[in-house]
Amino acid sequence: MDYIIGLIVLFIKIAVMLGALLLAASYLVWLERKLLGRLQIRLGPNRAGIFGLLQPIADAVKLLTKEDIVPSDADATIFKLAPAVVAVTALMMFAVVPIGPDITVFGHTVPLVIADLNVGLLYVFALSSVGVYGVALGGWASNSKFALLGGIRGAAQMISYELSIGLSLVPVVMLSGSFSLTEIVDAQAGLPYILIQPVSFAIFVISAMAESKRIPFDLPEAENELGAGFHTEYSGMRFGLFFLGEYVHVQVLGALIAVFFLGGWHGPILPPVVWLLIKIFLVAVLMIWIRGTLPRLRYDQLMALGWKVLIPASLINIVLTGAFILMAA
Amino acid sequence: MQDGNKTNKPIAPPEDNSGWTALKALVDGFSTTLRHLGRKPITEQYPEFKRTLPERSRARIVLTRDPDGRERCVACYLCSAVCPVSCISMQSVEAADGRRFARWFRINFGRCIYCGLCAEACPTSAIQLTPDFENVQRDILTLVFEKEDLLVDHCGKDPDYDFYAHAGVKTDDADKGQHAKETLPVNVRSNMP
Repeated sequence: MDYIIGLIVLFIKIAVMLGALLLAASYLVWLERKLLGRLQIRLGPNRAGIFGLLQPIADAVKLLTKEDIVPSDADATIFKLAPAVVAVTALMMFAVVPIGPDITVFGHTVPLVIADLNVGLLYVFALSSVGVYGVALGGWASNSKFALLGGIRGAAQMISYELSIGLSLVPVVMLSGSFSLTEIVDAQAGLPYILIQPVSFAIFVISAMAESKRIPFDLPEAENELGAGFHTEYSGMRFGLFFLGEYVHVQVLGALIAVFFLGGWHGPILPPVVWLLIKIFLVAVLMIWIRGTLPRLRYDQLMALGWKVLIPASLINIVLTGAFILMAA
Repeated sequence: MQDGNKTNKPIAPPEDNSGWTALKALVDGFSTTLRHLGRKPITEQYPEFKRTLPERSRARIVLTRDPDGRERCVACYLCSAVCPVSCISMQSVEAADGRRFARWFRINFGRCIYCGLCAEACPTSAIQLTPDFENVQRDILTLVFEKEDLLVDHCGKDPDYDFYAHAGVKTDDADKGQHAKETLPVNVRSNMP
């Protein structure tokens, strides 16, 4: 009986989480277009519904009704699979993000996280690495030079930044003593890690933005050079899945920054879920602001930043944090 | 002497790559975009707000008339010859009064690229481009404009020009030598050296 109730609760949690994520992703697109428009003294979408609020729905209808084209020389199976890889890995990362403390419903204790893995942090890294396959294989299977170039760039960029993103979180793990996201959040009940580890925070934000292929790190797409990069040959909902994956990734990023550095759902007065949402929203706005301000890096600058600045800085940060912990102990 | 010293002092290198300049550049950029966030968008919303286009912007083609209201077009075929997409066609005839005109004149706007070469080629200022660009149709065949669709009741951009007042062509209005700035034709037989 307990097993069945647990299963039902799990499915409800997954359904709510997926629904919220997809809805938020579509309105994140709206927010991005609107805010980016205002940053560039434009209006942004304002035709579909009041303030263009129905624009995401119109976009979804358009993408769903468009022809799904597979280029004749493409590797059809991989070509069709690649967008799903990107979208699914981005969605699955949310399974380990705690959105609040345990709550009690009808005498049962329900943790507000889909899966409290004790290696949650490694799970997140594993999924974001698998996500690279979506980009690289999608670009390769398209059998187009622009898509291939985009895919190669994507693979190289994301592997480079995977290193610094991992190293930047080592101090967080050292401080909290756990790989579980729930326990990392619990460890920040008093003081969020952004105050203790500002360098880690900066490295994590920069590498995570590179990981999610956003301006100024959008070299795999690079419209001006590569058409649309790895998704040049995609149309209809398959392109939509890449798009969805990107915006779910922005939310994942917001959630991870919140969990690792901003204290997760901890916060005064307001309910925990609201605090987490506020933090995710702030990170999203920050990323849109960055997109509206900074130009794209050159490829060598991108690599130099990753290998020559971020990785040494995070290594030094780890050593200093270790020394500090040893001295405190 | 002192002035000379001043101008000769070493100038800072043009590209200062210190972290401080980089930080200043970042702050500058982010504050610029943030300032723009508070500004009123400069967008002009098209169907509600229509900007008056410059007189010389190139869109729908018209056939204009003389100051006295007669057709300017003399059906010389120059516009149809110069048209890069061959969208102009006509049939020329000569009227009883000696003036040439087009029996029919057709422009296929489905093909027209609004390059304006026809208006440039026209010797009589008959064919002209107007700023009216809103001529979209559902059916492409409705974009084929006949002479009666093209003719307008004004002189367009060239209000005073009257080709037959200068042309030297004999019509019912004026014989040879009677046009503006024209002298009587010389009898070539009386003109021997």
